Amino acid sequence: MKTWDAIVIGAGHNGLVNACYLQRAGLDVLVLEKNDWIGGAAVSRSLTPGFLYSNCSYVCSLFRPEIMRDLELPRHGLQVIPYEGGAVFTQDGDYLANYRDHDAHRREFARFSKRDAEAYDRYARDVIRQCRFIQPLLLRTAPDPTSFRPRDLGELMYLGKKFAGLTAEEMALTLRFWTMSIADFLDEYFETDVIKANFALSGIIGTALGPMSPGTAYVLLHHYMGEVDGSVGAWGFARGGMGAVTRALADSFRAAGGTIRTEAEVVRVLVRGGRAEGVVLASGEQVRGKLVVSNADVKRTFLKLVEEKELPPIFLRRVKDFKIRGSSGKVNIALDSMPEFPALPEGSPCLQADMHFTDSIERMERAYDDWKAGRWSADPFIDMVIPTTLDPTMAPPGKHFMSCFVQYAPPKVEGREWTDADRDGFSESVIAQIAAYSPGFRERIVHMEVRTPRELEAEVGLTEGNIFQGELTFDQLLFNRPVPGYAQYRSPIGGLYMCGSSTHPGGGVMGAPGRNAAAEILRDLKRGTRDMSDAHDVI
Amino acid sequence: MNDMILPARRAAQDHFRTLRLASPFQPRLEALNRREDWYGWAGYKAPQSLWDEELEFFAIRSQAAVFDLSPMVKYRIEGRDAEAYLDRLTLRDVTKLGVGRVHYTAWCDDEGHVLDDGTLFRLGPDRFRLCCQERHLPWLLDSAIGYDVDIEEETEAVAGLALQGPTSWAVLRDAGFAGSERLKPFDLADFAHEGGSVTISRTGFTGDLGYELFVPADAALSLWDRLFAAGRVHGIRAIGYAALNRARTEAGLIVANADFVTAEHAVRADRVRQPDEIGLGFMIDAEKKGYYNGRRAIEAARRNGTLRHILVGLEIEGNVPAEHAIVYHRGKKEVGLVSAAIWSPTAKRNIAIASLERPYGDTVVDDLWVEIYAMRELRYQKLMKRAKVVPRPFVKLARRTASPPGIF
Repeated sequence: MKTWDAIVIGAGHNGLVNACYLQRAGLDVLVLEKNDWIGGAAVSRSLTPGFLYSNCSYVCSLFRPEIMRDLELPRHGLQVIPYEGGAVFTQDGDYLANYRDHDAHRREFARFSKRDAEAYDRYARDVIRQCRFIQPLLLRTAPDPTSFRPRDLGELMYLGKKFAGLTAEEMALTLRFWTMSIADFLDEYFETDVIKANFALSGIIGTALGPMSPGTAYVLLHHYMGEVDGSVGAWGFARGGMGAVTRALADSFRAAGGTIRTEAEVVRVLVRGGRAEGVVLASGEQVRGKLVVSNADVKRTFLKLVEEKELPPIFLRRVKDFKIRGSSGKVNIALDSMPEFPALPEGSPCLQADMHFTDSIERMERAYDDWKAGRWSADPFIDMVIPTTLDPTMAPPGKHFMSCFVQYAPPKVEGREWTDADRDGFSESVIAQIAAYSPGFRERIVHMEVRTPRELEAEVGLTEGNIFQGELTFDQLLFNRPVPGYAQYRSPIGGLYMCGSSTHPGGGVMGAPGRNAAAEILRDLKRGTRDMSDAHDVI
Repeated sequence: MNDMILPARRAAQDHFRTLRLASPFQPRLEALNRREDWYGWAGYKAPQSLWDEELEFFAIRSQAAVFDLSPMVKYRIEGRDAEAYLDRLTLRDVTKLGVGRVHYTAWCDDEGHVLDDGTLFRLGPDRFRLCCQERHLPWLLDSAIGYDVDIEEETEAVAGLALQGPTSWAVLRDAGFAGSERLKPFDLADFAHEGGSVTISRTGFTGDLGYELFVPADAALSLWDRLFAAGRVHGIRAIGYAALNRARTEAGLIVANADFVTAEHAVRADRVRQPDEIGLGFMIDAEKKGYYNGRRAIEAARRNGTLRHILVGLEIEGNVPAEHAIVYHRGKKEVGLVSAAIWSPTAKRNIAIASLERPYGDTVVDDLWVEIYAMRELRYQKLMKRAKVVPRPFVKLARRTASPPGIF
């Protein structure tokens, strides 16, 4: 029987990034994917003729340019198109837009508050300062603060020096950013509800917290530290949907000689003498590997694929306690014509970007109240985009694909499993909200894919449907992600590594966990990381 | 605050169709514009040059040049506590600023880092106008807590013109602004115009004889026409920013976010500057009675000698402008950067404004060099030129301060 140099469980973006780097370093790598499609949560599938969806993730900013370049993803078809602005529709029939032009942005805010219009520069400066602090940490393995290995000490010193290099004012801001609620944080800059709601949404996306929960300010930062071609904080569409990211990765992997097997669900990691030796597939087939890398989240990996008795008790307890609560769902809609939003003037660029209907922090928090009670939000927060306004490849001319990220949706409905009726109720709350701002919306719908946490877990494999493979609260970041002592992509089992978003620096289609895990594996194998770029300079 | 009611808010939606706003003087600028050389100034469409950058500069130094300064950010500050408020906000002593006077001032955050510089016009006992480069409404409003004062951003409502050059007063006289001869430097007064009034101050950004005129935006065109009708025989010309920038460099005047970075925009925390680090130390009056924002930090830095930078005027050998050149000590040690540089036609010298790291430029002023990379036909001609610290302004014109003003 063949023994692979490395087996990667799951063909999500991080699994593929990891596999690419390992294959390019000379390993013989096999990627195993349970579905008959690849991509995990960065996937584009056609579920109705002529339309392509970004079924899960839907916009791109965090994916590290260093990885795109190292793995030659542009050559394999990856294009990211930045988009302009977006809008929050207000209940009084107006809207608040975000424009790329600095002065247009100011004038737009001035329609609501002249003060807030002029407050934006300081807000942007503070957020950019924090992004610049964090960005260089993304492609570095978090140090183990209890270790005396030179590399850990060096990394700790790097962190310490970076922090010590901050001015007193910046240090204060940094600590506040890591601990505050996004609502409190925004109160320091802005006075207008809709303007605060406009920014707060980045603080709650994918997070089982409300805008008033401490820790959500960091989540906002997590969404700002990406870039499109050096424009920090900008977001774009992957041309061809988010599946274009994993398609390019898969092509790059195969071009380097790698192998992908689909419909090959791993049900168990073979462990002998505390070391991983391969995996067992659902078919009963055993596949041997010198090492195993799991792109699955930390709970799925260690509570489902590894026998509990193989794991140290404290590790096992911490994995069980890891917060990975599902908070969101997704509704993908095929439209036979462009929806109208009468609130927007003719020619508004807002249609080409993210649109929202939640115009106050209060409404956001109320939506979260429903989640706490175990219900999907009656008045949900929707992050809605129509990528086909900029990407002609996803629908026939004149027709459109609309992606709706919906929050909040609990992993269980009032303590029980989701039913099909629940799913329909959930999607109705979304359609009703959109239709209230877009007359005739229902009539345009050709097809719809509804994904509650139930579907996200069953189809993508995300425990509880949590899109970040674990919440991005500060207790679960850096050397505490996923659990203390195991933040360097290694696990208690020899030869079993983690490379998913459960690990540092966390979720979003970033690729950094996959890359960083590859760096650690290559280090363990005493192979160079010559073909892996260092993080770009932040100057 | 200032939340517009829904119909007004909706009516303003369409602003996104015009990213560069037209100035109130736009029809006149368009008519004179032969180059279509526009740039964006604070969200306005503004001319870099209208017909010939170099000749426009000589209009400032030889005739009367008209520069549209409407995009400049303006705040109206009035109320019983306006004087006390501004005295607390800004560096200079506002209690000494008489009605009908203007002074050039700056304001700082708590660490004494400069938020902006600008001109403060005292229009009445309780009425002021603050003009500046950047926007500060949250800062101004927060600073006003506890003061009986109203603050209104009025950039779009007020049109402004600079009328600068040797014949500028002659233009005012012939335009019928009787009494304008009594304006001494930094004086201001209201004059009748079209049933309303125009505020004329003897101020400017050129180091020359000159005036600045402010009117409500709807009176802008009639004011322009009045000046140009009277100015025809005095060589009046409209100019763009490039010419003004040369004149201000000769005058040794600095521009926010060109010669220094304003504190609320500095992404890199080490880029902020105290007044003493950007040549605004003259605004600090140790005897000023009232406390002003940043005073403790500014005075501590002076006392403890912890100021790290200094802004200086340089005279550089040769005739190649040293724009954005690195400044070296002994040709080796990097000690600063040039932020503005021109060949000065008026002084016939190669001049520059530079920020240096102390003690260079402060106590160590000899053996300074600038490295000029002059791109000439796709090749950098690298020049290492000697630089001498010289006082600003580089050009001092007697006509700027002559009272009564000359007609030249």
